[in-house]
Amino acid sequence: MDLRTFKKISDYEWEIPVTFRHDMRVGVRLFATRQLLEDALDDLSIQQAVNAATLPGLAGPVVVMPDMHQGYGFPIGGVAATRFPDGVISPGAIGYDINCGVRLLSSGIEYETAVEELDSLATALNHFCPSGVGVKGALQLSQSELDQVCRQGSRWALKRGLALEEDLERTEEGGMLEGAEPAKVSKRAKERGQNQLGTLGAGNHFIEVDVVDQIFDARAAQAMGLIEGCLVVQIHCGSRGFGHQICTDYVQDFQAAVRRYGIHLPDRELVCAPLNSPEGIDYMAAMRAAANYAFANRQLLASAARQAFEQVFAGRVGNWHLRQVYDIAHNMGKVETHRVDGEKVKVCVHRKGATRAFGPGSPGLPAEYQAIGQPVLVPGSMGTASWVLVGTETSMERSWGSTCHGAGRVLSRSQAKKQVRGDDLRRKLEADGIHVRAGSLPGLAEEAPQAYKDVDRVVETVVGAGIARKVARLIPVAVIKG
Amino acid sequence: MAENLFAGFAERPHTADWALDVWAPDFVSLLREAAKGMYSLSEIELHPGARVERSFSLHAVDLESLLVSFLSELLYLGERDRLAFDTFDLRVENNHLEAILQGAPIVEQSKEIKAVTFHDLKIIDKSGQLSVTIVFDV
Repeated sequence: MDLRTFKKISDYEWEIPVTFRHDMRVGVRLFATRQLLEDALDDLSIQQAVNAATLPGLAGPVVVMPDMHQGYGFPIGGVAATRFPDGVISPGAIGYDINCGVRLLSSGIEYETAVEELDSLATALNHFCPSGVGVKGALQLSQSELDQVCRQGSRWALKRGLALEEDLERTEEGGMLEGAEPAKVSKRAKERGQNQLGTLGAGNHFIEVDVVDQIFDARAAQAMGLIEGCLVVQIHCGSRGFGHQICTDYVQDFQAAVRRYGIHLPDRELVCAPLNSPEGIDYMAAMRAAANYAFANRQLLASAARQAFEQVFAGRVGNWHLRQVYDIAHNMGKVETHRVDGEKVKVCVHRKGATRAFGPGSPGLPAEYQAIGQPVLVPGSMGTASWVLVGTETSMERSWGSTCHGAGRVLSRSQAKKQVRGDDLRRKLEADGIHVRAGSLPGLAEEAPQAYKDVDRVVETVVGAGIARKVARLIPVAVIKG
Repeated sequence: MAENLFAGFAERPHTADWALDVWAPDFVSLLREAAKGMYSLSEIELHPGARVERSFSLHAVDLESLLVSFLSELLYLGERDRLAFDTFDLRVENNHLEAILQGAPIVEQSKEIKAVTFHDLKIIDKSGQLSVTIVFDV
């Protein structure tokens, strides 16, 4: 495969025709500059997108974002829409960390006012937000409480006094997907979920305090409560061992299901079942339970972050309260209505490492975002900028209402560790004014900025393609990692 | 990280996740080497004193699925009970595994593996020498 494989649509959009390989059912649409596309040819991400284009019941092209990189089965940065209810659902095309996502909280605290307190703030966030390998949360949920979390998501946290009504209004799906069914979740997934709620985990998950560096759309920023020069908080994590176990269970079960349904796939990680089959219905119900668990997890971490801010800033700074900007998933399967060949069609949109990016006027957006479009949160690599974008009409037309989710890796974790020492990186970040709390120095090195693409280039690409608009750029001042 | 010519494991570069090459003369040894390789990737350290034993049985549609189930079981025991194992008594017949494992509590673990994937998973038998590449979600 080389650049001749692709048909250029614009400087930011390319296509692989359905005729490229005999088993493809649809084409692949890639959002990338020529350089990003050439870079992507260095790993298997595009090959994996072509494999995804063989899934039965696809309603249109598989879409790939500029932060694409090689995953397992389905590429990270991939979007696939299957016809509901006779298309398929593929757990591997959603990922093990079901409803991994990002939450953004804004404040009116000016950086200049807070700068002397940032080290204390990093310590407080690290204290209130449990993180790291094998770390348990403060709650030990009973079976019935866990079932309530599965069904109610963030609304369960609201009832426990750990959320504000506004938090739920400013969360994708109100922080609660309908149709979750805890009875479709295995006993061992529940065991793993009972003591992990309210924990960050490890790997690339983080809590980051940023400063709003630059605003590009004053009206949208005002609607979101983003003020130039003020602090905000990003929380990146998912459904923890609960979601990992659900995906593991169903990928294993679906190995037999594909044989029963006579589905032939180029990669066993793409296993799937018809959405209207017993297997598909069960997985959807279990996946929604994991999604709700993840919404509740980020909600509890947001509540903990508020405690940290209160401890550090109450009585010292006037407006220290954190208001939710938005909470959005980037690993999820959702039944949505999109236009295909001019007709409204119900589809199951699989997003894996891709963010929903609904345009202005879309149903389900809170009133204050109806005119501007849905907020899209794009964290950069550690120590680099992050972005707040909004969805557009073009994203609804070209990318199944989706856009990018981050910077996208370019180096393997072992390569990153060979090039970067964790203690050196921490010193460099501290020298740049970024306060770091990390559970593991090798883990820190694996997430070094060199291991990722330049998030600014990724954002320029989705903006150039019209599938998102810029609202604000954020720069980090404190990072908490497991 | 090869242990000898006939059985061992080595990390293979992967952009986002971890990949492990594993080889062995038979399937039971392949399971054992895969387990050791997975623990090595997680940088797990066992308690030097307290020994524990666990046993379980698994059934799968084929040997690749059995390999994934076996490693997934170890991940589960690692997370739920904070245990890892270094001695493996394994018996496999008709895609059915009987396992008796000895090990100890985990005292140190640097990395978390979310899951064992089926991505491009194929056990290759070349003149009686088995090999496989396993991709882990991290």
